[in-house]
Amino acid sequence: MIRFEQVSVRYEGVGRPTLSGIDLTVPEGELVLVVGPSGVGKSTLLGAVSGLVPHFTGGTLTGRVTVGGRDTRTHKPRELADLVGTVGQDPLAHFVTDTVEDELAYGMESLGLAPDVMRRRVEETLDLLGLAELRDRPIATLSGGQRQRVAIGSVLTPHPKVLVLDEPTSALDPAAAEDVLAVLQRLVHDLGTTVLMAEHRLERVVQYADQVLLLPAPGAAPVMGAPADVMALSPVRPPVVALGRLVGWDPLPLSVRDARRRAVDLRERLADVEPPAREAPADAVVAPLPAPAAARPGFLGRLLGRRPAPAPERPPVLDAAVRIEGLGVRHGRVQALRGVTLSVAPGETVALMGRNGAGKSTLLTTLVGMTGPTTGSVLVGGLHPSRTPPRDMVRRVGLVPQEPRDLLYADTVGAECAAADSDAGAPAGSCRALVSELLPGVPDDVHPRDLSEGQRLALALALVLTARPPLLLLDEPTRGLDYAAKARLVGVLRRLAGAGHAIILATHDVELAAELAHRVVILADGEVVADGPTREVVVSSPAFAPQTAKILAPRQWLTVGQVRTALEASAPGGPAA
Amino acid sequence: MTRSTGAARLRPALRAPEATRGNALPAGAWWLWALGLATAASRTTNPLLLGLLVGVAGYVVAARRTDAPWARSYGAFIRIGLFVIAVRLVFSVFLGSPVPGTHPLFTLPEVPLPDWAQGVRIGGRVTAEQLVFALYDGAKLATLLICVGAANSLANPARLLKSLPGALYEVGVAVVVAMTFAPNMVADVARLRTARRLRGRPTGGIGAVLQIGLPVLEGALERSVAVAASMDARGYGRTAQVPPAVRRTTHVLTLGGLLGVCAGTYGLLAAQGAVHGLPLLLVGLAAAMAGLGLGGRRSVRTRYRPDRWGVRAWLVAASGVAVAAAMIWAGATDPDALRPGVVPLTAPVLPLWPAAAVLVGLLPAAVAPVPSSPSDSKELA
Repeated sequence: MIRFEQVSVRYEGVGRPTLSGIDLTVPEGELVLVVGPSGVGKSTLLGAVSGLVPHFTGGTLTGRVTVGGRDTRTHKPRELADLVGTVGQDPLAHFVTDTVEDELAYGMESLGLAPDVMRRRVEETLDLLGLAELRDRPIATLSGGQRQRVAIGSVLTPHPKVLVLDEPTSALDPAAAEDVLAVLQRLVHDLGTTVLMAEHRLERVVQYADQVLLLPAPGAAPVMGAPADVMALSPVRPPVVALGRLVGWDPLPLSVRDARRRAVDLRERLADVEPPAREAPADAVVAPLPAPAAARPGFLGRLLGRRPAPAPERPPVLDAAVRIEGLGVRHGRVQALRGVTLSVAPGETVALMGRNGAGKSTLLTTLVGMTGPTTGSVLVGGLHPSRTPPRDMVRRVGLVPQEPRDLLYADTVGAECAAADSDAGAPAGSCRALVSELLPGVPDDVHPRDLSEGQRLALALALVLTARPPLLLLDEPTRGLDYAAKARLVGVLRRLAGAGHAIILATHDVELAAELAHRVVILADGEVVADGPTREVVVSSPAFAPQTAKILAPRQWLTVGQVRTALEASAPGGPAA
Repeated sequence: MTRSTGAARLRPALRAPEATRGNALPAGAWWLWALGLATAASRTTNPLLLGLLVGVAGYVVAARRTDAPWARSYGAFIRIGLFVIAVRLVFSVFLGSPVPGTHPLFTLPEVPLPDWAQGVRIGGRVTAEQLVFALYDGAKLATLLICVGAANSLANPARLLKSLPGALYEVGVAVVVAMTFAPNMVADVARLRTARRLRGRPTGGIGAVLQIGLPVLEGALERSVAVAASMDARGYGRTAQVPPAVRRTTHVLTLGGLLGVCAGTYGLLAAQGAVHGLPLLLVGLAAAMAGLGLGGRRSVRTRYRPDRWGVRAWLVAASGVAVAAAMIWAGATDPDALRPGVVPLTAPVLPLWPAAAVLVGLLPAAVAPVPSSPSDSKELA
């Protein structure tokens, strides 16, 4: 269905080609998963199928790409529209119309399908993706998961033979992701659609793939084969595969179900080993930077007779970094949070989970003071965030937003660091030191836009940490990160927690929560529905349990790392193969 | 069949149903209704009638608008209307007015102007008559604007596009996508301002605007490229093969038609060409229309669920047209009631029949489908 013949792509001003020597054939009706570390050209490969590379992105494509017999050199993307459906990484940039139903119909209108056919397909697609309730809603009012489903639906309605998806489940909560994947599988099985998909969250998708296309390194030759074979070579792998490789299962299991069948003896070997409890929160306390001497009032201030306000008395150090009592927040008519009570101790890591739109982001913005509480009270380090000026708040709490790029204004990393130092009133060079620690090998003169997703996150984290806030908030930090970047992030956050930072993560990534969190708080409809130690909350929940826990249930093992340590301890000669 | 069961059946049929996509009123119906009210407003300067028109439009908007983003524009239009009145009054005070008046209110210092600027005045005497005249005039303009605002908030502007001829549709989509640019940029500014707060910087001030400006423009540019890519990948701009003869005919008809329209208009406006002007204009219009129709053949687009003109749509449109017709008729028979005297000053009276006719414009508040309550917008956050 899709053929790449000796394809290379090179962008203007980039030293080496982004893709080179790609030679592959994707047969009809297969679900092919494209995997590889960040920045190896997965998006470029996908764009070449829909013709957007090079017709839209520029760059030079040599070789030949044919889709269903049509050469993308002679066919523009619009002439492939009946054959290829494409959904990019950001669903918002995908929408042309403003209501759900019109959006589903747009592609078919462009192709000139008959009105009764359009109507039937829209109804089918609304049911297929569970969008029937939302059909008249303006797209601007949908949540992230709903938008992703509408975007997929909008390319499904013209019944393309090939579907190209770039990270379709990254922004979704586990349940919504499963819905989307179930739909894709149905398309492959029932309609014979060919699906080409790139995804970092392999634990969600690898079991559905018929073949895996691995791009091991930039410019390296791709490897394509059965998922189990390719996973054995892959530098990126989900926990279930990592566990299989650790124990030496062959062929490698790809789904929890396969692994559970193979894990009978592993469960026996681990029967008398107690899963390690998460080490207690560190006893350290982070002292925030002292407030800089109050700035002298400017000329205008003196003219108006403003005097520098007397320095506020230092609030007493409290036992909890965060104390929330009966918090309620309303946005217009929407009750985003309702009766939330929560406290977080210094050194503790809390994962905030729950479906899209459950109120996780609202809770984080309330903690930094961007949203004021409607009822109840919020205390961060003894201060009311919404009533404290931002300059003082940065020294109490730092938030890394979902899109770390929002925090970056300057045009070089060095300028960004200097600005962060002066914002926080920190001694010059303290931000640069953090950047070197979190992001080794990035020179000062790089433009933040040229960094990879993971590097940008690390830079934003360094900027936020410059003020040494005792409380650190991260909103969906692993979106778009590959496993290596994620492992680095886990290491960094562990060290910070060890130094006494309280950390709150809002995330859909159950594996991240299992690796890091002392406690998991689950929100639903703006209320706390579960709050307890990670092991207890996560293992008992089918949606939020990490793969290792599912494989080794009912024992409460959470991560591959825990199992490895236990095996090494029980068999000093190393893991038995 | 007895009468009572007939009446029992009639009653639910008369109640306005809940709005769904299937019974949505065509955007054109709302625009006809609003333009009817606007035409009526343009025929009168009676402040009582104008107030009544604004009230009618406002009541219908309050009763039938949805929760959608475009429905929130009504307040903005009212504010623009008030601004127009204020500007009109200020100009009248400072620049004077040709309206003769006998009730001086106060006198501003007059700026002496050279001889060649005769007829222009800055400052000077301000009379009650000229203020009342300016107020009436401004109110008329404001009412026109508010009527347009009502249509804008009752009908989704994008759906109006569906009524464009096929040849123009793609241009229309481009315009609408461009228009969504503004709200997206506003959202970007809000997001970046909160991000500034996260870095401990004040969110106001000129410095903030300058620092945010570049990322906002960058983001807007990136998004528009992404939307263009998405539109292209989804078949925007696909054309069908048409025989060269048809294509040439299209060009000839469209160009010739437009030339005819220009020449005809010139003829109509010029003093002596009026005899040829009208027929030329009509022929030109017809040719241009035929050209557009033929040009539509190059477009392969079809329409998904175009709005249907049902009884309710006709009633809504007719109510607007009726208001306009009644006001035009009243203007011909009783001009004094519609244009209350300014010199000498008289208190305006509410003419009974035109006022009753304006109330016909309330019909949509009874017959248009009721938008569903916004109970399901919980996931907004």
